[in-house]
Amino acid sequence: MTGVSTATVERPETSAAAPFWDRQRRLGVGVVVIGLLAVVLFGALAPSETARFTLSDDAEGAAFSINGQLGAILFGVIALAAGGVLLAGLWRRFQTSMLSLGILAFVLSFLCWQVAGKFLPLVDTVSGTLELAVPLILGALAGVLGERSGVINVAIEGQFLMGAFFAALVGTMATSVWAGLFSAAVGGVIIAGILAVLAIRYLVDQTVVGIVLNLLALGVTGFLYERLMQPNAQSYNQPPKMPEWRIPGLADIPVVGPVLFDTNLLVWLALILVFVVHFALTRTRWGLRTRAVGEHPTAADTVGIRVRGLRYLNVLLGGLIAGAGGAYFTLVATGSFNKNMTAGAGFIALAALIFGRWTPFGALGAALFFGFAQKLATYLSAVGSPVPSQFLNMLPYLATIVAVAGLVGRVRAPAADGQPYVKS
Amino acid sequence: MANDHIDLTVEPGEVHALLGENGAGKSTLMNQLYGLLQPDEGEILVDGEARTFRSPRDAIAAGIGMVHQHFMLVPVFTVAENIALGSERTRLGFLDRRRARREVLEVSERYGLPCDPDALVENLPVGAQQRVEIVKALTRDVDLLILDEPTAVLTPQETEELLTVMRGLCAAGKSIVFITHKLKEVKAIADRITVIRRGQTVGTATPDTPEDELAALMVGRAVSLEVAKEPAEPGREVLSITGLVVDDDRGVRAVDGVDLTVRAGEVLGIAGVQGNGQTELVEAVMGLRPVRTGSIQVDNEDLTAMSTKQILRSGVGYVPEDRSLDGVVKEFTVAENLVLDQYDREPYGNALRLDSAAVGTKARELVDEFDIRASSTGTAVGTLSGGNQQKVVVAREMSRPLRLFIASQPTRGVDVGSIEFIHGRIVRERDVGTAVLVVSSELDEVVGLADRIAVMYRGKVLAIVPPDTPRDKLGLLMAGITGDAPAAPVFEAGDSPASADEGTE
Amino acid sequence: MTTEEKAAPPAEEKREDSFLSHFLHNLWAANTVTVTVLSIVLAMIIGAVLIIVSDENVLNTFSYFTARPSDALTASWDIVSNAYADLFKGAILDPAAISAAADGSGTWKQVFFPISETLTYAAPLVFTGLSVALAFRGGLFNIGGQGQAIMGTVLAGVAGFALPLPPVIHLIAALLAGAIGGALWGFVPGILKARTGAHEVIVCIMLNYTANLFLGWLILQKGVQQEGRSDAISETVKGSAQLPSFGGELRANLGIVLAVLATAGVAWLLNRSAFGFELRAVGANSHAARTAGISVAKTYTLLMVVAGALAGLGGATQVLGTAYALTPAVAGNIGFDGLLVALLGRNRPWGTLWAALLFGALRAGGNRMQSFSGISLELVTVLQALIVIFIAAPALVKAIFHLRAARAARLGTSIAKGW
Repeated sequence: MTGVSTATVERPETSAAAPFWDRQRRLGVGVVVIGLLAVVLFGALAPSETARFTLSDDAEGAAFSINGQLGAILFGVIALAAGGVLLAGLWRRFQTSMLSLGILAFVLSFLCWQVAGKFLPLVDTVSGTLELAVPLILGALAGVLGERSGVINVAIEGQFLMGAFFAALVGTMATSVWAGLFSAAVGGVIIAGILAVLAIRYLVDQTVVGIVLNLLALGVTGFLYERLMQPNAQSYNQPPKMPEWRIPGLADIPVVGPVLFDTNLLVWLALILVFVVHFALTRTRWGLRTRAVGEHPTAADTVGIRVRGLRYLNVLLGGLIAGAGGAYFTLVATGSFNKNMTAGAGFIALAALIFGRWTPFGALGAALFFGFAQKLATYLSAVGSPVPSQFLNMLPYLATIVAVAGLVGRVRAPAADGQPYVKS
Repeated sequence: MANDHIDLTVEPGEVHALLGENGAGKSTLMNQLYGLLQPDEGEILVDGEARTFRSPRDAIAAGIGMVHQHFMLVPVFTVAENIALGSERTRLGFLDRRRARREVLEVSERYGLPCDPDALVENLPVGAQQRVEIVKALTRDVDLLILDEPTAVLTPQETEELLTVMRGLCAAGKSIVFITHKLKEVKAIADRITVIRRGQTVGTATPDTPEDELAALMVGRAVSLEVAKEPAEPGREVLSITGLVVDDDRGVRAVDGVDLTVRAGEVLGIAGVQGNGQTELVEAVMGLRPVRTGSIQVDNEDLTAMSTKQILRSGVGYVPEDRSLDGVVKEFTVAENLVLDQYDREPYGNALRLDSAAVGTKARELVDEFDIRASSTGTAVGTLSGGNQQKVVVAREMSRPLRLFIASQPTRGVDVGSIEFIHGRIVRERDVGTAVLVVSSELDEVVGLADRIAVMYRGKVLAIVPPDTPRDKLGLLMAGITGDAPAAPVFEAGDSPASADEGTE
Repeated sequence: MTTEEKAAPPAEEKREDSFLSHFLHNLWAANTVTVTVLSIVLAMIIGAVLIIVSDENVLNTFSYFTARPSDALTASWDIVSNAYADLFKGAILDPAAISAAADGSGTWKQVFFPISETLTYAAPLVFTGLSVALAFRGGLFNIGGQGQAIMGTVLAGVAGFALPLPPVIHLIAALLAGAIGGALWGFVPGILKARTGAHEVIVCIMLNYTANLFLGWLILQKGVQQEGRSDAISETVKGSAQLPSFGGELRANLGIVLAVLATAGVAWLLNRSAFGFELRAVGANSHAARTAGISVAKTYTLLMVVAGALAGLGGATQVLGTAYALTPAVAGNIGFDGLLVALLGRNRPWGTLWAALLFGALRAGGNRMQSFSGISLELVTVLQALIVIFIAAPALVKAIFHLRAARAARLGTSIAKGW
């Protein structure tokens, strides 16, 4: 029970009397810096041509248009203003809004620079963001379930891989996308089950187990892929793709319609699960107990809660969700399994979980942000931007480092996260 | 084996005290009764019926409640959530929060235990957390309430209030098992007393048994509760603290303008209820906690600019209050622990390498000198008893020439034999001319060791008094009451600086 | 005290008397060696099952198992025994090569080829394994070995083809560059942990992928990308910066010698040096260490720098010893494999060396298994992961084999802790 490093230990600088450089002012400095960057750098580099943001999948249709250079400078100035407000210590109630405004304006300024003389299809960008975010959301939710009850899950990657593999294998053999989805969930549960038994029953360090299970999943799926799927793709690796469903009426709303109401089941599943997990955690008996077990398992035990049982349940439920997230890779994204096809997505999901402060809505926000960064990276390399896509792809990782280092506020894990429960 | 064939019978409506020294097996017994541990043999009868408790759930169902020594409260939950946990009521699948709040208010009103259901537990002072624990047990309709060392964290006044609450509960027909090692409280409240030593029942007694008889029963031999020492011969001023201000981990002021001096050859005792800034004061002296303002000097050298290592090197010895957390490295051997702050100095080694032979020689010397009972100097310290671990810490800190020796709670969780030994060494250190600062929340210990007593309350030194000051006056000082002027009430939630984390970690 | 000392000597004599019986007694107890051996056996059994179920021909024989079980059993035995025999021949010794060399139809080089391959694969793993093991002893879980190794390959590689230096000095400079690259990548989680308490595992994971993306970007830059190539490959490391090897098909190089030296160095550092004492104290109980005047922040930072440098050297060995050019996958999986190696070696320096040799052997044998028996190299990854899972949960192995409880061969995972 001792020595839980919630990371505040060696920070002597906090004090009762608020120092001048409090959180808001430090954030203000950051926002002012990016604002300046936007005005000076993006403004100077942006060609004075029209940037078109079309409300469709392509160059056609209605669009927001703005002169690229003007836009880059304009949004840069907005970011600068937001930073100034923070720095001056004004409007403390709207601290978060100002921060968001600053970051948003920075991103828009960047986009004006990049899109100047070209066009950016908004529907495609938004739906791409959402689709890339779907596995991240599901993976992060799996993490939320495990970690809020005190079991660290770094095996999300492995659960994704197993899910993706099983979805392809069973989906093909049964020629049913639903059988594929179901067995993907089972695949996730297999990894989660091993994780749970080793972490809860055998008290092995949870991070160690997670990492080893990722390698195991990588090995097993890679092995079976080379032995079974590669020589005989037709009978083992050609699952049907998940159908897209269009909801008449709603799908005609501009931008939102095609993104949310003309899409596949997994997108809805992910979004609905965010709400379900959030309300279950905060409003139900299961949620209260889960949080108690993750914060202070001994206290939970003394009021008759079965600590280990609840942890098993949550880790397995997490496996179910992460496995389904793995199905995204084979049943939605590509249509077949490939060796190590998740390529670190599980770790981005982990980053989303941490960046989202172990909450479902936080994870959703982080996943969308990361998804957007990935989508933007693809877009930029497609239009031949000088900004290397690799650096945009680093964004989720760097953002997470910034978050855990407490440079922008502090994230706090559940107090008993990662600690096996042993009756003394 | 912690317990060996213990018998215990508790009648309805009585307070049954379970008396025994640290490590006697009291808590183990109660954890078995509460279903947290399973006994190997024997049975538990409730109202004449044999019951087996596989988990606390069974114990609760049988009407047994327990207030643990370390509070079993989730710090980030509200009072109502903590109390509802485990027996939550739901409506349409969702938690019925309104009903949970109502229940808390009802019970706290019925038994006179004020509780704010919406307060976050981590923001409550320890006294209030203890009330939450009692209310938690009472909402579960217990007939038998086990209180494990409940007064350890309370002021004498708070203790008085708790005893009143206990009497009220008994009047309402509840039975109470009161676990403690404090004889005075036992005599004040208990209807019957069972004494436990080394996991065995060694006798039962009534409250009119004299104190020294109870003490002898508890320890197994006649013990002197006094520390033998000559009158002090104070010399030069060694430690001088002026206007010291220090914050705790949460940034709340913990030490608020303290001035103190300790002279060579005297013991200054700091009395006070845990959480009134003593910990932070000592940590600031040792360079373990930043100083807001004020100065700390040893022989006119300023300590505030030094690192902990430099402070130790300058001739300061330090026994920290939490032995297992700060005192020893349990995985390390006895020898390694004995040089934990000396390993990079001659003759044990230098900045680059260690000389394990020299370390071993010194360790064998100290083990003999301080009577450390270990099978060898290569044994991991974690396998030793609490008393012997503490002796390792004391031996380490006294193994070099000192100007100042600081001991926080030097005998917490230590058996009586080791207590006597450690007290003797502290007095001997004083007699060779070292300035000694002892911090203890056990009033007996401070009174026994100190030549002068400073009482701390809410980060301030209220008074410095001689050790023969009457107990009740010391008690009032510890509660913040100086002279005749009534001070702030002590029993209000949220107003004490007592660290709320203390009980739950 | 005194009585116990008197009691000790007779017990000692008794133990010496019956050394053999003592040995037999311990053989079936759950001690470290037994658990390790049984873990390997268990992993190979599961591996065998995977081989069987993934082979259609063998599976077909199982379809008429009840009619003619011998077919299925023979087929299973054949495929599994061939696979594992190839694994052995590829890793240690091929009897055919010996007889060929003896009668002159083959060369002696071919005899030593398997061992050479094993040592080649083991060398980088020793470094990354030591990196993880050392950090572990200091209470830090260096999961960032992969990123550190990648940065090691990057700096060593660039130094290897860009610096105009004479032989020997060039090699030293390139190795040093690799160590610096890793150290830099280790410094970040170290300093963040020390200063802000940011959990090193999270920072390390994030840095792994950052390093990977950085490498992917760098290779395509002008001056780095090999001239005339459109794919992702860098210039070749100059001969003056390559680790000397036996030449020809014997790829084993100076790397393995350096690895053994590094093992000795780490062993000295851990057990005989002041810094080792500090890091072990901080690892076991950082609060007590701090109270005794040891600077925890300094220890964490320095520890991660050293661990990073070791992993960086692992990367350098890879690019200077075998790969000779940067590619997106130049560091392979050596960082994560190093993690497994350290766990298998129970975070002790010499244990890590042996574990790295075992993993190197599996990898070398896996290559032969892949080309001769057609069993995917991925089986090796499965075996490695399984071995470590069983090692990490000795209680599980104990339960499977009904071993007597003995001095629990617990893994050094007592630092189990949260974020």
